[in-house]
Amino acid sequence: MAAIDQSKIRNFCIIAHIDHGKSTLADRIIEMTGLLTNREMQSQVLDNMDLERERGITIKSQAVRTVYKAKDGEEYIFNLIDTPGHVDFNYEVSRSLAACDGAILVVDAAQGIEAQTLANVYLALDHDLDVFPVINKIDLPSARPEWVMNEIEDVIGIEARDAPRISAKTGLNAEDVLEAIIRKIPAPKGDPAAPLQALIFDSLYDSYKGVIVFCRIKEGTVRKGTRIRMMATGAQEEVVEVGYFGAGQFIPCEELSAGMVGYVTASIKNVKDTRVGDTITQADRPCEKPLPGYKKVTSMVYCGLYPADGAKYNDLREALEKLQLNDASLFFEPETSVALGFGFRCGFLGLLHLEIIQERLEREYNLDLVTTAPSVIYRVHKRNGDMIELTNPSNLPEPTEIDYMEEPIVSAEIMVTTEFVGAIMTLCQERRGIYQSKEYMEETRALLKYELPLNEIIYDFFDALKSRSRGYASFDYGMKGYERSELVKLDILINKEEVDALSFIVHAGSAYERGRKMCEKLKEEIPRHLFEIPIQAAVGGKIIARETVKAVRKDVLAKCYGGDITRKKKLLEKQKEGKKRMRQIGNVEIPQKAFMSVLKLDDE
Amino acid sequence: MMNKPELELYLHIPFCARKCAYCDFLSFAVPERAYDVYVEKLIEELHSQSRVFGEYQVTSVFIGGGTPSLLPAELMAGLLGVLQGCFTILPEAEITIEANPGTLTMEKLETYLEGGVNRLSIGLQSGDDTELKMLGRIHSYDEFLKSYQRARQAGFTNINVDLMSGLPGQTLLSWKNTLRKIMMLKPEHISAYSLILEEGTPFFERYTSCPGGESPPHLRSAEYEETDREMYHLTKELLADQGYGRYEISNYAKPGYECRHNLGYWTGVEYLGLGLGASSYTHGYRYHNTVDLNEYLSLDLGQPGIASRDIQELSMEEHMEEFMFLGLRLMQGVSGSEFLSRFGQNMWNVYGTVLEKLTEQGLLAVEAPFIRLTDLGIDVSNMVLSEFLLG
Repeated sequence: MAAIDQSKIRNFCIIAHIDHGKSTLADRIIEMTGLLTNREMQSQVLDNMDLERERGITIKSQAVRTVYKAKDGEEYIFNLIDTPGHVDFNYEVSRSLAACDGAILVVDAAQGIEAQTLANVYLALDHDLDVFPVINKIDLPSARPEWVMNEIEDVIGIEARDAPRISAKTGLNAEDVLEAIIRKIPAPKGDPAAPLQALIFDSLYDSYKGVIVFCRIKEGTVRKGTRIRMMATGAQEEVVEVGYFGAGQFIPCEELSAGMVGYVTASIKNVKDTRVGDTITQADRPCEKPLPGYKKVTSMVYCGLYPADGAKYNDLREALEKLQLNDASLFFEPETSVALGFGFRCGFLGLLHLEIIQERLEREYNLDLVTTAPSVIYRVHKRNGDMIELTNPSNLPEPTEIDYMEEPIVSAEIMVTTEFVGAIMTLCQERRGIYQSKEYMEETRALLKYELPLNEIIYDFFDALKSRSRGYASFDYGMKGYERSELVKLDILINKEEVDALSFIVHAGSAYERGRKMCEKLKEEIPRHLFEIPIQAAVGGKIIARETVKAVRKDVLAKCYGGDITRKKKLLEKQKEGKKRMRQIGNVEIPQKAFMSVLKLDDE
Repeated sequence: MMNKPELELYLHIPFCARKCAYCDFLSFAVPERAYDVYVEKLIEELHSQSRVFGEYQVTSVFIGGGTPSLLPAELMAGLLGVLQGCFTILPEAEITIEANPGTLTMEKLETYLEGGVNRLSIGLQSGDDTELKMLGRIHSYDEFLKSYQRARQAGFTNINVDLMSGLPGQTLLSWKNTLRKIMMLKPEHISAYSLILEEGTPFFERYTSCPGGESPPHLRSAEYEETDREMYHLTKELLADQGYGRYEISNYAKPGYECRHNLGYWTGVEYLGLGLGASSYTHGYRYHNTVDLNEYLSLDLGQPGIASRDIQELSMEEHMEEFMFLGLRLMQGVSGSEFLSRFGQNMWNVYGTVLEKLTEQGLLAVEAPFIRLTDLGIDVSNMVLSEFLLG
């Protein structure tokens, strides 16, 4: 294949508020540039996993290369990089953006600019990307393209006068977007002859090829046989194959040179060696310094994962190992619980990440799981001078051994329309936030800065934010560090027996409230037994809340119509089946989902 | 004659004048002209099945519904005639027909007796007209009374009355009154069921979706359950005083008047169901007839078994399960020696852990060789019985 002219390459991504049509536009671009015929198109080509299609979110970064024959008669190579869309994956997003030279901003012609639109635009501008807007969904009766155009210019301050007005769904004017990509997005720079410098923006494990590293070549050239080194992890391997991304397939090619986006395989066994954000260079001719922005991703949220059926412990371990091959940010180690038996303490980037892993384990590996309440990492300073990092509340030392405790604090930025500023400030206060500043971006929009304890935002902060701002708030946070805090362990006693898997760490000030809600929630979850079951919340042995599950008085099938025994048996079977999904603690049967109730304490 | 296997027959008449609000059984209101067509098909099925079961002698017949007494006298006379003609029915066999007050004429009653029917089961449900109305019944208490007296006059000497407790709005006092009224009539048998909310009935919607409180009451609440159990325990006491023994969870009888047909269901006697949706248990198989009326009417019932659906052969385990969860409905319980002789295994080897646990919890009582439900065990019998499933 002849060397590719850098000036004919466009590397870009699409950014948008959720549901503004990002994936539909991506589909349309892929379809129009002839990569797939209409018939081969399955809606939303880039979202590979079932889970992604269902939730309408992108979890892993994806990339696709297409060729477009422009009106000027030239052929252009488009590399479209799709980015994850959730704060849990902010770091991955930033690396994907760093692999691009420009971004298409999609704005819904009926909705106009929304919270995520802004957050995403600022993120793109931070990475020096050229952003051009596209006004989508103009086929809707409620479309107001003129108004949206003015809004983009006023609020974001980027030119929108000649923004393509399209319907990605019907394909109307979509051609204009392709032409705009050529005009508005700069061609990549970089010297193919310079020492290799490539940015890893994702990687995945393939059982035949080993780890497939997704990268953007900034400088130099990589080809089969090049000995490469990952600058942060130090891993070295010889390149087995290089190539680019077809739709859902990998297409090998001769070489990847500066400005190109593609993949590299080098019989690497573990994605841990190919960290997102790391720089690939040539082992014997390294570049001067790595690309900026690399961070080692660390788990922010921990929880216990247990197989519902104890015999499935090994299956769970194997499934976690397999998922980890593709997900370096997933951490796990064995642990035991009195209530739940053998399981794993797992670390995640955030709650969405946790939910996704949990769902994948259940669906793709057919495991029935019991999940314990998520926790952040607390630092426990003991009187003897030792410090332990606590990820499982049950491991908290005796109160007498503890000098003081610290909890992780984040710096949070919340962008919200002025009418909801009050509501959001109240929310932050309720979550023990410390006010830092308030700036008005323009008349209708403010940026709030707060310091918030991480354990206050991992459960449902995002949901609360959305509901209290009718969706008009965007939220981003970064770790600030650890701060000393009054923390206590809240224990739950069911029928007078402490259930370790239900314990959690909470700020002393909210212990009573949380304990009360927890008891109420458990009362709903635990079925009535033959005897009365007290449910108690305790701190340091002192009961602070109590509820009672009343005893069953009646469970009789009075009549048996005309000898229909089968029907009666089905009823008994249903009853027995229900019991199987329970955990026996003492003489109380607790449904598995009760262990997650702590997550739903704020459902009103 | 001595060694012929025993068989019970069940004949289903799926018609009612009106569907009651709590009922989810296979019954519906149809135009009267449909009765003839249906009975004709039922007779066809009787003929063909009697050839298959020619070796059996029939120990009991139960004509249930729906409302069998809805059928005109001559139609029922024809049906009974065929029944007697084609099956070997023992002279002492119990032959029951279900009837609803308001449908029982003297003519019908005499037809039944002439056709060999010797037991009448009257669906009253409540002695309180307000409650009857609430249930969606078509009759008043007074109409029941007339029907009952007419039946006695006609010569019925074995009568059952069906009653229901645990009704919405029913009080302990109104239940007590219903029981008293009935006891004064001295029927030989009383079935006292506590209301079951069946999904898909208007009742289920009405009494489980509400937040609770006075009106309408929530029938799954602890308070309601408490009242229901008080009614149940009261029933046992009051009826015992008048000489009615509780022999099954919901059935009470004067000595010697226990319903043989129902006892058969609980003790594993073979039975053949005829008519729409009727259940059968023969040769170790459980099955039922199609529940689709149009299909039933269009089948060539001259071919025996053509209407059978969901045919299921019971495994040894399933036989054991049934032995336990059906037998325990009887107050005498299940016998360990009977278990051993039927299955060649010791009951304690199969169910030891469960039996120990349930005995310890006070739900079962052991009086060798019998194991039976305690009063507490009866209250939560579904929980207890489900423990005997082996799967």
